[in-house]
Amino acid sequence: MALSDVNLDIEQGEFVSFIGPSGCGKTTFLRVIADLEQPTSGSISVNGLAPDAARKARSYGYVFQAPALFPWRTIEKNVALPLEIMGYNEADRKARIARTMELVNLTGFERKFPWQLSGGMQQRASIARALAFDADLLLMDEPFGALDEIVRDHLNSELLKLFAATKKTIAFVTHSIPEAVYLSTKIIVMSPRPGRVTDIIQSTLPAERPLDIRETPEFLEIAHRVREGLRAGHSYED
Amino acid sequence: MSAAIDAALEPTDAWTRIRAGRTVPVLTFVVAILIVWYVAAILANGPATRMALANANPPPTPIQYVLATWAQQRPIVPAPHQIVVDFFNSTFIANPTTNRSLVYHAWATLAPTLLGFAIGTLLGVLLAAAIVHVRSLDKSLMPWIIASQTVPILAIAPMIIVVLGSIGLTGVLPKAVISTYLSFFPVTVGMVKGFRSPLPIHLDLMRTYSATRWQVFWALRFPAAVPFLFISMRIAIAASLVGAIVGELPTGAPAGLGMRMLGGSYYGQTIIIWSALFAAAIVAAALVGLVGLADRLVARRMGGRT
Repeated sequence: MALSDVNLDIEQGEFVSFIGPSGCGKTTFLRVIADLEQPTSGSISVNGLAPDAARKARSYGYVFQAPALFPWRTIEKNVALPLEIMGYNEADRKARIARTMELVNLTGFERKFPWQLSGGMQQRASIARALAFDADLLLMDEPFGALDEIVRDHLNSELLKLFAATKKTIAFVTHSIPEAVYLSTKIIVMSPRPGRVTDIIQSTLPAERPLDIRETPEFLEIAHRVREGLRAGHSYED
Repeated sequence: MSAAIDAALEPTDAWTRIRAGRTVPVLTFVVAILIVWYVAAILANGPATRMALANANPPPTPIQYVLATWAQQRPIVPAPHQIVVDFFNSTFIANPTTNRSLVYHAWATLAPTLLGFAIGTLLGVLLAAAIVHVRSLDKSLMPWIIASQTVPILAIAPMIIVVLGSIGLTGVLPKAVISTYLSFFPVTVGMVKGFRSPLPIHLDLMRTYSATRWQVFWALRFPAAVPFLFISMRIAIAASLVGAIVGELPTGAPAGLGMRMLGGSYYGQTIIIWSALFAAAIVAAALVGLVGLADRLVARRMGGRT
């Protein structure tokens, strides 16, 4: 069993991070919400729907650990993929591609193929793809885990702007403490064997967060509490 | 390290590139084959040559003897230059509308090859799509498809020709059917693998969109399988040519490379057999080359790196 006794609510418009070591079930939890995996027991509702109904209603966009772009499609065609599948018309598709490409700062790269872009740009394209259609919920599974720290900082601040601009609800899985504290309005601390929640932290940071907010005492205090939560779950032991 | 970079940056002249490329190894191999071939011709044609020169007066010098083994009318092993001369004459000199021309025979074989290849490729793709989507077909159909290729084509070809002939189908179509029989197989096997090649993460992505199986097929499985399709088609087109040639053998077809080889063997015209063989090899190489060219063009459109 990957997860046991997890009870939590995610409110509309929240940025919720799930943090914990490998094997604590945070990815599994996200995949259950997305109906990519079935829970053995318990109930989950997404926008008041069961996960499979929510998936069929296309109520979320999912960003994977890898960009998962189709290598034979250009960037704009990759962003167009969900729109084609969901039957958006041509004009609407064009407008949405232009808008989301601008949102993730990829304007000018529409005709490039994925391999012509850096890893960070590819992941931005995959975020654009998840934003292109009308889903209020964005599920992100360690989207920046494979990127170096400089690119990661940059994408984190861009993601915050995006969160402010789009008013989406975001569920974000990470194993970086600074990332979780910097991005979230709510942090779920998890621990492994069996996967469970050890702490739920409501962030006291303001909505406007420049990158150097990470050196303020307030930020460090939240980071400390996250670390305490991880320690309480024996996350630092082998 | 820096020496390697210097070497890479140095402008290379033609001679350096030739030495670094495949030209030298390939040429060396060709020369070796030619030497072995000429020696084999001396040995194989020796008895007949000795018989022909038995009453020669004065007796032949060794050089005259060797040259004579390379100039037999109906040699057991014709010398390479004899084949080249015959190939040249029957390709470029002979009137291409008569059966003395290899171009005429090559076209007669090419038409059923291309038709059989087209049908075989289409059939192969359809079978693979069915196998990937219907679990029971994977179990029930695949063994039959494999078994179909274990039956010698030489045993089946006459039956196909006779049966189709009895319902009035002659000419290109029966030969194309045999080509289809040989060419659908590599396409089926390759495309089953290709349709199953999408990464789990891509399939998950399509699931998050609630894409239908039809949409998953056209947006993901088919494009992912395109490289597999071209590899399969290279094998299939060569197999199609073999099928068309084999299809000419049992019927006494009026034209075709297979017919030309068969005719040559009836009358002991080994030179004709060999030049028809080379014509078939050249056609096969050209067809495989064309598929390779199409592969590169499509790959470029689909974001290939070259």
